[in-house]
Amino acid sequence: MINAERAMDALGDPTRRLVFKRLRNRTRSVGEIAEGMDVSRPAVSQHLKVLKAAGLVVVRAEGARRLYGVDTRGIEALRGWLDGFWEEALVAFKQAAEREATKGRKPR
Amino acid sequence: MTEQARFGAADLNSVRKTVIVEAPPAVAWRVFTEQMGAWWPLAVYKIGKTSAVDAMIEPRVGGRWYERGDDGSTCDWGTVLSWEPPFRLVLSWDISADWQPDPSLRTEIEVRFIAEGRNSTRVELEHRHLDRYGARRDAMRAVFNEDGGWGRLLQMFADRAAAGASP
Repeated sequence: MINAERAMDALGDPTRRLVFKRLRNRTRSVGEIAEGMDVSRPAVSQHLKVLKAAGLVVVRAEGARRLYGVDTRGIEALRGWLDGFWEEALVAFKQAAEREATKGRKPR
Repeated sequence: MTEQARFGAADLNSVRKTVIVEAPPAVAWRVFTEQMGAWWPLAVYKIGKTSAVDAMIEPRVGGRWYERGDDGSTCDWGTVLSWEPPFRLVLSWDISADWQPDPSLRTEIEVRFIAEGRNSTRVELEHRHLDRYGARRDAMRAVFNEDGGWGRLLQMFADRAAAGASP
């Protein structure tokens, strides 16, 4: 199951975060991700597996290559959380503003 | 509703909210910007170590947006990017792992106050560039995990999402 907490758990690891960051602009193969990183390809594969399970990364086959890219579901979970947060905050804001408006009105 | 079309439900990168307030725009603006501490859910939504007692916005472009703790300390949330009273406000929300403004995490919050009738205001809020959280979720996670901090709120919304309730 995809949720914000799981996505954030997956990104709690700095190396995993780096792997994820490398996918932000375009899809890459494991080899391309590992390039220039101080991590073995099997280790990168392992990180990708965790990111995939958290709904942050998707994989697709292109000929013999497997290409990894950002999965929007992880972001969507975060978005859902923020959506709920703003809902609550704006209801509280509405009440405060309406109290203030009533206060300003002269009783007749 | 061109705006709606442009930022359809498919836009994952932002959250959009609208609320109708029975108050003139000037009042709505004032309560939003000058009395934020009166309505912001500070009990569950703060980033400082101490209890937050107020949330403040300095009324100018480049002004700070911050919380004030009960010990007088302050903790930055972001900065004012646009200040157009009583019509439009844009804030950056950049919270990094060490609670300092972080230019790499500049999610934006735009709030528009639109008069509707004599004593009513439509308040439209958009929180955008959410993909930027992707790189900084370690910081977010630290906040979410604080006891009595965002953790509780996150759990609440996670439960709500799991239950399949639509926002």
